Amino acid sequence: MPDTQALVNDFLNKLKKRKIEGSQAAAKQTAELLRSVISQTRVPYTNQAAALIQSVKAVGEGLIAANPVELAVGNVVRRVLHIIREEDLSLTTAAMAGLNLSAVSDDEDDVDGDNQPVLSAAAIAAASRSTLRPPSLQTLLEDVPDSAAVPHTSSSGGDSEGKSKSADKSSRSRKLKHDVIEAVNELIQDINTCHEQIAEQAVEHIHQNEVILTLGSSRTVLEFLCAAKEKKRSFRVFVAEGAPRYQGHLLAKELVTRGLQTTLITDSAVFAMISRVNMVIVGAHAVMANGGVIAPVGLNMVALAAQKHAVPFVVLAGSHKLCPLYPHHPEVLLNELRSPSELLDFGEFSDCLDFGSGIGAPLLHVVNPTFDYVPPKLVSLFITDTGGHNPSYMYRLIADYYSADDLVLQRRATSGN
Amino acid sequence: MGAQKKGATARVSEDPEELARNPLQAILLADSFATTFRPITLERPKVLLPLVNIPMIDYTLAWLESAGVEEVFVFCCAHSKQVIDYLEGSQWSSQPNFSVATIESHNSISAGDALRLIYERNVIHGDFVLISGDTVSNMLLTQALQEHKERKKKDANAIMTMVVKQSKPSPITQQSRLGTDELFMAINPVTKQLLCYEDKAEYSKGFISLDKTLIADNPSIILHNDKQDCYIDICSQEVLSLFTDNFDYQHLRRHFVKGLLVDDIMGYKIFTHEIHSSYAARIDNFRSYDTISKDIIQRWTYPFVPDVLCGSTAIKVERQGTYRASDVTLSRSAQVGSFTFIGQGTKIGNDTKIFHSVVGKGCTIGSNVTIEGSYIWNNVNIEDGCQLRHAIVCDGVIMKSGAVLQPGVILSFKVVVGQQFVVPAYSKVSLLQQPTQQDSDEELEYADSTSGTGELHSEKLNGDIAPDLSETASELGTGGVGYIWSVFEGVQDEEWRHSVAPIPTDKLVKLMLDEDEEQLTQDGNVLSASGELKADSDDNGSEDENNEDSRDDYVFFEKEVEATFLRAVHENVKVDHAVLEVNALRLSYNMASVDCAGAIFYSMMKLAVESPHSSATELHKNAAEMITKWQKLLKSFLHDIDEEIEVILKFEEMCLESAKEFAALFPQVLHLLYDKEILQEDAILRWADEKEGADESDKVFLKRSEKFIQWLKEAEEEEDDD
Repeated sequence: MPDTQALVNDFLNKLKKRKIEGSQAAAKQTAELLRSVISQTRVPYTNQAAALIQSVKAVGEGLIAANPVELAVGNVVRRVLHIIREEDLSLTTAAMAGLNLSAVSDDEDDVDGDNQPVLSAAAIAAASRSTLRPPSLQTLLEDVPDSAAVPHTSSSGGDSEGKSKSADKSSRSRKLKHDVIEAVNELIQDINTCHEQIAEQAVEHIHQNEVILTLGSSRTVLEFLCAAKEKKRSFRVFVAEGAPRYQGHLLAKELVTRGLQTTLITDSAVFAMISRVNMVIVGAHAVMANGGVIAPVGLNMVALAAQKHAVPFVVLAGSHKLCPLYPHHPEVLLNELRSPSELLDFGEFSDCLDFGSGIGAPLLHVVNPTFDYVPPKLVSLFITDTGGHNPSYMYRLIADYYSADDLVLQRRATSGN
Repeated sequence: MGAQKKGATARVSEDPEELARNPLQAILLADSFATTFRPITLERPKVLLPLVNIPMIDYTLAWLESAGVEEVFVFCCAHSKQVIDYLEGSQWSSQPNFSVATIESHNSISAGDALRLIYERNVIHGDFVLISGDTVSNMLLTQALQEHKERKKKDANAIMTMVVKQSKPSPITQQSRLGTDELFMAINPVTKQLLCYEDKAEYSKGFISLDKTLIADNPSIILHNDKQDCYIDICSQEVLSLFTDNFDYQHLRRHFVKGLLVDDIMGYKIFTHEIHSSYAARIDNFRSYDTISKDIIQRWTYPFVPDVLCGSTAIKVERQGTYRASDVTLSRSAQVGSFTFIGQGTKIGNDTKIFHSVVGKGCTIGSNVTIEGSYIWNNVNIEDGCQLRHAIVCDGVIMKSGAVLQPGVILSFKVVVGQQFVVPAYSKVSLLQQPTQQDSDEELEYADSTSGTGELHSEKLNGDIAPDLSETASELGTGGVGYIWSVFEGVQDEEWRHSVAPIPTDKLVKLMLDEDEEQLTQDGNVLSASGELKADSDDNGSEDENNEDSRDDYVFFEKEVEATFLRAVHENVKVDHAVLEVNALRLSYNMASVDCAGAIFYSMMKLAVESPHSSATELHKNAAEMITKWQKLLKSFLHDIDEEIEVILKFEEMCLESAKEFAALFPQVLHLLYDKEILQEDAILRWADEKEGADESDKVFLKRSEKFIQWLKEAEEEEDDD
């Protein structure tokens, strides 16, 4: 345990000092940290899921409090919690199926009865799942496979039931942890590959001789554009530089080295150029449950310009950026004010900041917000690793990833303080 | 396997530095060795004073930690126990990869002593960061460190890198926005080597001197007055041993840096590293406390801002830069303006207005209170109707209803201000009485309150307060507790410079007027001013040499010599010393000993004339006394006949012009000089010969002394006869 504690502290520190740049890195590191927390947690014989949830929540609250602006951390914590619940559910349904099976076989001693209890187990699973969350469109459409597979394997275990109950229990406890860790590994894998998954869809969206506009720099956007380029699409990219950090410069450089026709413009020139643009493709910091986007500063302006000229405004976001919170939620800190030194040179302005003369109060106030909020009505399409979605569909997508029980995680954290 | 091993050892020998890579270390001086924060620092060390509600040392440590420093030695001296206790109880004692060790000392009185002690402990094993515990920064060290290492590799004498930042000084007050004096630096723009470092104190006279060799050695030099010294130094190990070798180094800048710059024997070099986008500043006085607090609130120090350091669930930034803790009780009618910080558990009453201020934890502020530009620490109780402008109010202070603090007031811990009492501007109020003997030497800060004795003192005093109430009540109104410290003469005019309050407009206007006047009178002043100056400081002479014509030189020189001589007479300076001084003057003015002889003789005679006398005989007596007494001085500049003739000529000139009373006595004095063997007969005769062919008007004195010369000649002939 001490080494996980050290890991947690280290990560907390980094989050606090704002040393982790980018939500992908934050999400990945959070998932990895939680994986080690889960593997270190000793689970009791009963109620293992609760124990796991407890320990993950304890760590997660701290992580979220360390940097509430980095919503990806909270997202990953909630997803891990959701994974634990799901795995626990599928295991209990499987066990119930096994119990039912053995009970039935004990009572009736009939070989044909084998078919019915399995069905009933699946029904129980489906029922309990439906109490957990509303049925998502995804599951309704492509219902199936894993819930059917799990009872099947455990029903084979059900045959050798009478031999040792305690052995079964310990294997079950190990199984839960094992399954959870497997699932978290998948999550990490998902986070790692989200760029590629999103980029795969590039060809469907970018067409020959189009003009694409983007602002600032996002790795997802870069991969997306390059993927289209690799598929022999020829198109042009306008890059707005993204003041005050000017990461657009870096993006332009990178695009040029990859052989894309690139034009660099200032942020303020976006409106002038938008009429020549076929599509705006940008990255996001977080996607809220209502389909609103928290994005690098300046993007709201771009979205408004795009709306004015009816240019599609496409937002690329990995699934770890989907946040189950609403932007009007009081606990959501929408913005972060960074150092004014990114805007202007302190030395040049030092005489304006001399508090010794005058009224003794600063007359110059430099504000440097990091994020913009783009309302859902300005977004045409979200492209996540699972495909393209309408803003109004986001809450359903989010319901797939999170349990309703975990949304309040943060409020507990504040009341705990 | 063998090959691999060989390769490994080869690499090791190739790059020993890689092998000897130590964790980056830092020395943090948790003592400013200055008295600027008195009376507060009598009770609590400066590094623990809250800066926007977080102790200063936390900013410094947080920065060191994030900059990649792994080991910090905190040097505590004054109130060392408080510092150690604080650090032990804080988050810093349990950080992974970041160790904070304390070094305690009770008898160090300067940064120099501290570094010598650390050298003795032998804990520093490589390059280290030297910083004091009152520095706020967010710069990245990596680049500066790398530059330092590379320079060190090339040139073993490059032992220190100083961090500087652009910051324009105010043209009116000649001080930076941090309240420090204007700083003058000469930097080689290519190598970034620091060549000259002058605080304003040294060049206030209107000039700075640069060593000629600097200009010869460096193809280009840039002189800066718009650089701020951040007091963050990256030092090599040699710095510590240098402090040990030079036991008289006390102050880091005044002694150490200047010492290195002047010393060209060892050839140690100091370089600068300028930061642009990042922030660094040191809290040196109350003005910089104010300025840096405002910088933090304006987020220049990001990420070292309160909402990040405390966690944003506890403190939130609202519009217009207002920081508010989560559990503040704020009346609906209270107004909290921009750039204000309100700490946890603070209660604010109706119609209270707070602007540009910091209010700490657990304060109770009544109704109709006005707080502007003030710093209120923790657990302060301000009753209804108080007014505070640009003041610092320490922990536990109670302000009774209607009390007023005028700009620049400092209320130290637990002071009570009585009802309706108006604390005058710039007063410092403390429960402790002002130490009676003020150390004029700034180095000896805390000298009388070192390490915990201050606390004892305060406890004792707290006990005494009850009986003393009647006495102190008068000082701070009815029910008031505390002493108003008196301001020392001379310091008073300067109080506004370093105060938390902005500089009053009338001061600024006055300063501006002064400056204009100075410029107007400067030309007229040059003569007399430099004349006075030279009277005591002989060695400054060379600087003026360039400015003036050589014709004027002699006049100055004569004046100097006269002043020296008069001093010698009045202060009974030994003849030998007077000779030395005159010689020094002669060298600095580039004069010959002829000129010295003339000037000394002139001074002697002038004094003789000026001393009271009623008749010619008395004057003669005066002159005789003078000559007898100072003949040795005069003689030491009379090496040959030419010089002696010069003396006679000078005398002649005097008799004609400045001291006509001597005209009648000319032959007598000449005789006297001959008797005292100051003048040889040859000299007098040569003079007579020279004058023989001159105009009639020139021969006045020759004629008067004809008899004497005749006698001389006869004596000579007699001798020849013998």
